[in-house]
Amino acid sequence: MTSASIIQTPIIPRSVRGHYRTIKYLILFFAYGIYFSLPWLPWQRAHGPNQAILFDIINRKFYIFDLVVYAQDIFWLAGFLIIAALLLFFVTGIAGRVFCGYFCFQTLWTDVFLLIEQWVQGERNARIKLACGPWGLTKFFKLSLTWVLWLGVAWLTGFSFVLYWGEAPRLFVDFFHGAAPFPAYATTVFLTTSTFVMAGLAREQVCTYMCPYARFQSAMVDQHTVVVAYDSIRGEGARGRHKPDKNFLTREQREQKGHGDCIDCGYCVQVCPAGIDIRNGLQYQCISCALCIDACNSIMSATGFPRGLIRYSAQQPTRTPAWRRPKTVGYGAVLSLASAWLIWSISTRTPVELQLEQIRQPLFVVLADGRVQNHYTLKVNNKTALAASYRIDLQGMNADWEARPQRDVRLGPEQSVLVDVLVRMPAEHPVTGRQEFTMTITGEGQLQDVMKHHTVNFFWPGGG
Amino acid sequence: MSNDKQPHSAQTTGHAWDGDIQEFNNPLPRWWLWGFYATVVFAIVYWILYPAWPIGKTYTKGMFNNIEYTTAQGQHVVTHWNTRAVYEREMQFARQQQAGILKTLDQSSFDDIVKDPQKLGFAKSMAKVLFADNCQACHQAGGAGIVGRYPNLADDDWLWGGSFAQIENTIREGHTGMMPSFKTRLSRAQINAVSEYVLSLSGQASDTDLVKQGQAIFEGEGGCVACHTKAGTGNIAMGSANLTDQIWTIAKVASAKNPQEKRAAVYSVVENGVTRTMPTWKDRLSPTEIKVLALYVHELGGGK
Repeated sequence: MTSASIIQTPIIPRSVRGHYRTIKYLILFFAYGIYFSLPWLPWQRAHGPNQAILFDIINRKFYIFDLVVYAQDIFWLAGFLIIAALLLFFVTGIAGRVFCGYFCFQTLWTDVFLLIEQWVQGERNARIKLACGPWGLTKFFKLSLTWVLWLGVAWLTGFSFVLYWGEAPRLFVDFFHGAAPFPAYATTVFLTTSTFVMAGLAREQVCTYMCPYARFQSAMVDQHTVVVAYDSIRGEGARGRHKPDKNFLTREQREQKGHGDCIDCGYCVQVCPAGIDIRNGLQYQCISCALCIDACNSIMSATGFPRGLIRYSAQQPTRTPAWRRPKTVGYGAVLSLASAWLIWSISTRTPVELQLEQIRQPLFVVLADGRVQNHYTLKVNNKTALAASYRIDLQGMNADWEARPQRDVRLGPEQSVLVDVLVRMPAEHPVTGRQEFTMTITGEGQLQDVMKHHTVNFFWPGGG
Repeated sequence: MSNDKQPHSAQTTGHAWDGDIQEFNNPLPRWWLWGFYATVVFAIVYWILYPAWPIGKTYTKGMFNNIEYTTAQGQHVVTHWNTRAVYEREMQFARQQQAGILKTLDQSSFDDIVKDPQKLGFAKSMAKVLFADNCQACHQAGGAGIVGRYPNLADDDWLWGGSFAQIENTIREGHTGMMPSFKTRLSRAQINAVSEYVLSLSGQASDTDLVKQGQAIFEGEGGCVACHTKAGTGNIAMGSANLTDQIWTIAKVASAKNPQEKRAAVYSVVENGVTRTMPTWKDRLSPTEIKVLALYVHELGGGK
């Protein structure tokens, strides 16, 4: 390689305190608290593991507090993802990239990695000096310590993720005895590496170059969307920004000379994790983290100027509130619809799943006494944590029938069984060669409200 | 990665021709180049660890990659990494996983298995595959059979008995069922009469005089009673068919359109005889496999 390649200097943001920084730390604290402690939360169940959240891949059961999700309920995941996407559209339409700036795990983990970096290496100036300075014992020590701490957090992140997929206390012990399943190690290594690389090394490049959400969110933002913006009219005045020199201290002095309120201190640029200058207007790199607002406000307070030179505002403010614009209403309507459907679907789920299937090879069998037999299999899946029993009945047909092992189906908690149903009819048959009838499955005891009907056909030879 | 904020000043290779013709230099992105180097390193490591280069009739076997497994026949093998060995090792693991439930099935009686949904479920799933691999070619999917060739296993008529034990025995030992040809022993008229009598046993005769003649031959000169018994109900000890029920495994009576066709169908069987063989499976399937197959066949819908 020649000197031709352009080396990107890493962005080293300065710390800032303020309103938005506090909110963001609270969100971070809350999110980390949930993520790292949730696998350890115990939960009492009549049947199943006593862990609040457990994704049991082997048995295809997903325990989420008191809800047990089966593989057949996978469409709930689709519903949840649709809701998440719509919520993103809805919020982005109103207030821009709120998700990116406040909730995205890339932002949260980068924040934590930056805190570690700052704790070990010091404030922005010290870090730049260290980065540009010659290699020595101090530099080696400080960089090593940073990386070691980063690795620690990254490992904890990957390992905590793994804990959701098994019984946490046992997995924890097994993990250090080399007795955990291979996927547990592989996932931990993969997530440790990706967390380290993404939050430690790639940082804003993930948002700028890799993240698809960052790109398509611009489709939801319009002139009326509230975004982090610099008030250039107030900041620049007629003749641009100016340093607060001797004769440029008060607003009056600056106004007289045609300069705005921006004292060009550069604090907003130094705190930006994306490395942009917000004063250049809305840019695609901006993750809307609002730290420049905090930075500017602290300066404005110090100079005695009014705060809000950088603030949340729309490029073209309208009198119509955001929630009344057609786009927002549209997103909101679809979002409510999807949420209502998911809530309805979860709350009205039946405690039993039944699948009735007719054996089609052979479709019918002639018996020794001349009668015709059809064979059906009924799969009964008990979704409750209690033992259950169901009774099978036939209606609409005067048939001799048999259920194997018996007509009363008894199931243990979260168990499923296959019942063979054999139906026999005399050889005389309708012209069509088939007759419809209903198979009813009724719950017994506590489940007596549960009743399911299945319409089935009985086939004779020569019919169909 | 390039920095968007710096203007892309044209870089050249430094060569100049004819005084002012220069060559642009567009170097590969650094991440791409390092990715390429990484694949080169990966390839070299791979060559060392895994079978890679063919050399004449042999090949490099790779290092530190031994795989140990025991085959189904109990042979212990240690070999270098290869996909066949990985497969064998996985099969060994699967055998170990199944060993417990297979042992349980071995030790359980048929009645126990049928009553236990877990055991029955496993046995049926296992037998379904075994049936498809070994039985389905003749007996068809679901045991539907082919009239005239292979008996239907889903009905309740059994040449060799339909209890669990009888079905298991049939699969294990196999059977040869033989109905002799009466072409030389009986005249055409006699065969015709016997056929009508046979149809009468299941209530399908149309000519009462012929039935009477046939009965005499059936019980006398023809000697049919020796196997089919006087009542015509057959004998499972020798696999002779029950002629009194509605199931015809060889004569195509069920699909016949009129009495003449029905009689012709039976006539053909009496005239030509039948020999059918169910092969023995004890040399090809394990006792457990035969047991679950017997269970599966029994549960197809007609087990006794």
